[in-house]
Amino acid sequence: MSIEKKREGLCAGAAGGEGSRGLIVEKRELAENIYLMRIYAPRIAKAALPGQFVMVRASEWGERIPLTISDYDAAQGTVTLVTQVVGMSSRLICRKAAGEQLTDIAGPLGRPSEFVHRTPEELAGGRWLFVGGGLGTAPVYPQVKWLHAHGASVDVIIGAKSAPLLIFRKEMEGVCKALHIATDDGSAGQKGFVTDVMRRLVDDEQQDYTMVVAIGPMIMMKFVAQLAQAYHIPSVVSLNMLMVDGTGMCGACRVTVGGKTQFTCVDGPEFDGAAVDFDEAMRRQNMYNELNVEH
Amino acid sequence: MANRIGRVEAREQEAQTRRMNFKEVSLGYTNEEAVLEASRCLQCRKPRCVPACPVNVQIPAFIAATAQGRFAEAAHIIATDSCLPAVCGRVCPQETQCEGACILGLKGQAVNIGKLERFVGDYSREQGEALPVAGAAANERAAAKNRQVAVVGSGPAGLSCAHDLAKGGCAVTIFEALHKAGGVLEYGIPEFRLPKDTVVKKEIENLKKLGVKIETNVIIGRTLTIDALFEEEGFEAVFIASGAGLPKFMNIAGENLNGVVSANEFLTRSNLMRAYDKASDTPIYTGRRVAVVGGGNVAMDAARTALRLGAETSIVYRRTERELPARAEEVKHAKEEGISFYMLTNPVAVLGDARGWVRGLRCVRMELGEVDASGRRSPVAVANSEFEMEAEMVIMALGTSPNPLIASTTEGLVIDRRCCIVTDEEGATSRKGVFAGGDIVSGAATVILAMGAGRRAAAGILRFLEEKAAGIL
Repeated sequence: MSIEKKREGLCAGAAGGEGSRGLIVEKRELAENIYLMRIYAPRIAKAALPGQFVMVRASEWGERIPLTISDYDAAQGTVTLVTQVVGMSSRLICRKAAGEQLTDIAGPLGRPSEFVHRTPEELAGGRWLFVGGGLGTAPVYPQVKWLHAHGASVDVIIGAKSAPLLIFRKEMEGVCKALHIATDDGSAGQKGFVTDVMRRLVDDEQQDYTMVVAIGPMIMMKFVAQLAQAYHIPSVVSLNMLMVDGTGMCGACRVTVGGKTQFTCVDGPEFDGAAVDFDEAMRRQNMYNELNVEH
Repeated sequence: MANRIGRVEAREQEAQTRRMNFKEVSLGYTNEEAVLEASRCLQCRKPRCVPACPVNVQIPAFIAATAQGRFAEAAHIIATDSCLPAVCGRVCPQETQCEGACILGLKGQAVNIGKLERFVGDYSREQGEALPVAGAAANERAAAKNRQVAVVGSGPAGLSCAHDLAKGGCAVTIFEALHKAGGVLEYGIPEFRLPKDTVVKKEIENLKKLGVKIETNVIIGRTLTIDALFEEEGFEAVFIASGAGLPKFMNIAGENLNGVVSANEFLTRSNLMRAYDKASDTPIYTGRRVAVVGGGNVAMDAARTALRLGAETSIVYRRTERELPARAEEVKHAKEEGISFYMLTNPVAVLGDARGWVRGLRCVRMELGEVDASGRRSPVAVANSEFEMEAEMVIMALGTSPNPLIASTTEGLVIDRRCCIVTDEEGATSRKGVFAGGDIVSGAATVILAMGAGRRAAAGILRFLEEKAAGIL
């Protein structure tokens, strides 16, 4: 059966329900080595909220990998995942073609973003600044989209090494008030880091943000959180720690937040940026890379 | 007349051989050995072993059949009460249950009930012996209108509850959060103690033959809430058996150093993800020396796994060997395999190197003081007794606390101070139609206690469904 036919079937809600869970209904290359996949998983799509993640396995002997949800559509029964080829397991996932099925997908896991619990007045009264770095731009999108749909005012900064690596630019433009770009080489937007743009917005343009949310490389989140703290703006970061089960069972994802050990999978993945011990988190994140485990 | 011979011990893989592999340690009985051991049973008129079994297996009856070589019949006798004989025969703490109550044990050695149960379970599986209720239940399932029950978790409690419910004519769906069914039987207990493909998978397949459906990768509390199971998925009753939960740590300095892991993580990597096998993509680390903190079965499993992965392994426990909560057989096996036991020793800090990796533990020596609430003499630190122990990996095997996922997403579900779900004798919770059992109710316990809770809840659920159908509720 062609992909198109499968998709039609899915849209008609007749794809064999949960039996087709994990089916890749769409795959696109967003940038070099960065792929978007829309996965059929109706229960997950229905339950998902901004900030949550899924656990994915691409083969029978594969690792369980946590991936933050980049979009979800309950009507179509799909969730969108954006993956970058960095190691063996992400390569396995990215190698899958549309029409193929992921071996496993489970979720949504983690606590939804804190703002989903806020009242309409609180949402209307807030001024959000979202900072997405590299692949982290993708999970920023459902949050901005949700806030936009709930009448909140959101500015977004996207950072990337260079213009060809920018993702979700168009999608983001549709849901935010102002979109700012920073590239390391100046090939798009402002030359420099996302923190440079953030300084410009707060210092020069006198933007009065009430909340900063950063998702991206750990080092970027660390500096954004530090800068937000200097401006006395509360911040939230989304941590992508190592996980085995993703449901609270293993504790591999533990991080120190405000001096207390927390499990990223059940207590997070979003935490107060000012309270996270980023240096410990970075060290723990690289635990197995450093070992150079051969498999 | 009972045969007055000594207890027949099962053959085992040689300690020096098995410490290098993940194959099963105990080789079990041959037919002849099983018949011989079974002949030792006194066939007590008022057997003490049956009430000592949490699921009340008719022990003398299955042993009598075994003694006469009628192994298939023995399997059918066990199947009335237990769906996991080959599992229980391997992992139950028999010495404190059936065998602990055996009258022969008073003056000599108890009947080796565990190994006999294992033999019968293995026999029926290897012979492809169909269990008696299979056909009947399948038919009943078709007529199971208004008898749809959801079971949350496919560990021992969930499996045994599903077994009794299926036999009672319910259409049962088990929801499992992980990608494989079995719960602790899959992620927790190692292959060398409980083979996965030949034992666990097969016993779960038997359950499927009874008509039980198992859906993996569904996290109740996240993918679907308990309320959604009733309102959207059409279930009449729910049994929560979500298991042990979150690993505990000691809250001492250095616990988040690289190389400090929970036993849950270590065992899940090795067991569920098969990291001990080169074919697996999941990495596992041990270092040259591993210190396992804790004295329960999980600590023994973690230590013996680390040993098999090539590490020099020690158990660090704050009380004495007499208080070790692990099964006697596990402790014996661990010692034979060359694991060092540091008793009356308690870590006070994990020590790290400049790169943030573990280099050892700072410990204190302990002595036993007054008897505490658990009825055991509580350990107290000896003054000025600090010393350092070197290790490149530390595994914390200190038990678990309940996973908050279900309680926090289910309104009106009462939990206690420890965050365990509160139930009555039959497993009924504060929510109508919602039952619970196993570790999520009792806190971390054993496979067989969870199975007992699953059975009691199944009886409660069957009664609930009947009363509901009769319009009493």
